[in-house]
Amino acid sequence: MRIDKDLVAASATPLVLGILAEGESYGYAILEQVNQLSRGRMQWTDGMLYPLLHRLERLGHVSSTWRVSEGGRRRKHYLITESGRAALAERQAQWSVVAEALDQVWRGATGPVAKGWA
Amino acid sequence: MGVMDTELQAHIDQWRGYVQRHRAISVADVDEMEDHLREQISTLQTAGLSGDEAFLVAVKRMGRMDAISREFALEHSERLWKQLVLVPEEPGSGTGNRELMVVLALAVVAALTVKAGFTRLSDSALGLNLSLLVLPFLAAYFAWKRQVSASVAAVLLVPFVLTALVVNLYPFEPEGATEIIAAIHAPILLWLVVGLAYAGGDWRSGRRRMDFIRFTGEWFVYLTLLALGGGVLIGLTVGAFGTLDFDIEPVIEDWVLPFGAAGAVIVAAWLVEAKQNVVENIAPVLTRVFTPLTIVMLFALLAALATTRSMTSIDRDLLILMDLILVLVLGLLLYTISARDPLTPPGLFDRLQLVLVVTALVVDAMMLAAMLTRIAEFGSTPNKVVALGLNVVLLVNLVWSARLGLGFVRGRRTFAALERWQTDYLPVYGVWAAAVIVAVPPSFDFR
Repeated sequence: MRIDKDLVAASATPLVLGILAEGESYGYAILEQVNQLSRGRMQWTDGMLYPLLHRLERLGHVSSTWRVSEGGRRRKHYLITESGRAALAERQAQWSVVAEALDQVWRGATGPVAKGWA
Repeated sequence: MGVMDTELQAHIDQWRGYVQRHRAISVADVDEMEDHLREQISTLQTAGLSGDEAFLVAVKRMGRMDAISREFALEHSERLWKQLVLVPEEPGSGTGNRELMVVLALAVVAALTVKAGFTRLSDSALGLNLSLLVLPFLAAYFAWKRQVSASVAAVLLVPFVLTALVVNLYPFEPEGATEIIAAIHAPILLWLVVGLAYAGGDWRSGRRRMDFIRFTGEWFVYLTLLALGGGVLIGLTVGAFGTLDFDIEPVIEDWVLPFGAAGAVIVAAWLVEAKQNVVENIAPVLTRVFTPLTIVMLFALLAALATTRSMTSIDRDLLILMDLILVLVLGLLLYTISARDPLTPPGLFDRLQLVLVVTALVVDAMMLAAMLTRIAEFGSTPNKVVALGLNVVLLVNLVWSARLGLGFVRGRRTFAALERWQTDYLPVYGVWAAAVIVAVPPSFDFR
């Protein structure tokens, strides 16, 4: 199943913030986790994650530090900030409203509406 | 495994180079993405893909770079206005500061030397020696920056010493034509010696010569900007002090101007060095504007020349001006070449360039005829001989450029041939300038 790219784009920020809420991480690991969580059904263009991370950093939702990986390479790690947690909470509230509305309308569609048409 | 690693390394290096060309993506971002790419590759290799396959899949997953670059540009719009990095980017690296110290020290020493020249030398000796008072320090900066070997440094010193000996030991008649000619040609010769230092001793390399051409254009633009800024600052200062009834013009004339001018020569070079990877070059942009305008001017001149009846009636000053115009045409040609991607196919601008060269050739040929007529009629003078010689030097370049340019526009030759011709021709100007300085004054009894 391919997920529409607008939907992917809309969910990117809460996903990244949610993953970072569990602990410090870096680009590749974040994408790996998105892959696992969606069981490989959410395909991100890998490169697009980085402008997003930088945007979140500019907004103050995450902070970053350069560390050295086990392989000896420089690696940029991201950490969620207080304002990031607040933003995540707000996004969660928004998504629950959307999910609830969708849930109701879809359940309704197979229920009373369908009966009325019959 | 070892072979695979070097191959993969080469692929990744190529990818890096490609990504780095996107102006909105900084080096640190590329580092971050390269780390990602490498992790992806090693995961894929663990899953059983070969190095090549893993690389291709990883790059594909990274996505289209122009789209990513657009995202970066939206996020970091300031990067499209690249800043001149005057403070070292990595705190603690310190090389930027040390270079600044060297530059300032050289600028001050050059300024003191020029100042000493102004107080000690007569006007005509100053004219002959002016470039000798500044350019060695510029050459020294590049020798330091490129860390040239002792033998190269010695080779660089030779032309400066020889030029100094020749211009100072020749018994020039004061204010004579040959003295002025030598004073004009010494900077040209010494500038090419600066070019040797710029190339760090690698003066057989066409690439380095082309870099020096680029450098010269940018340096000139920076020097002009510094001069403009300096002029405004001086004007404001003099005005402000004037209202306080202080006359500081002598101070400006005796100290600020020689110091500012000599310092600007070095500082402008450093600015070009400091920002060469940061900003698009401006000199080639200017050629885009001035190539069509120069063509219009040359056509107007040709029309005007066609209405004058006799070749001998052409004014001497016009001949000198025409030489300068041809130098300008050559400059436009050089800077367009220096900025052009040799692999792109010929376009409208290349045709325009060819029109410019051919028009200049016609003008050059007419001038040559006029000069020869004048020499036949009135005999030779140092000015005429030098102007004629310069005309021939330029004519040879233009004829061959026209030939190569035509071949390129018709798709029979590569652009690289035209580029190589220009870089190969550079030493000719040096040889010509040296010949003028050494041979012309004695041939005319230093008149």
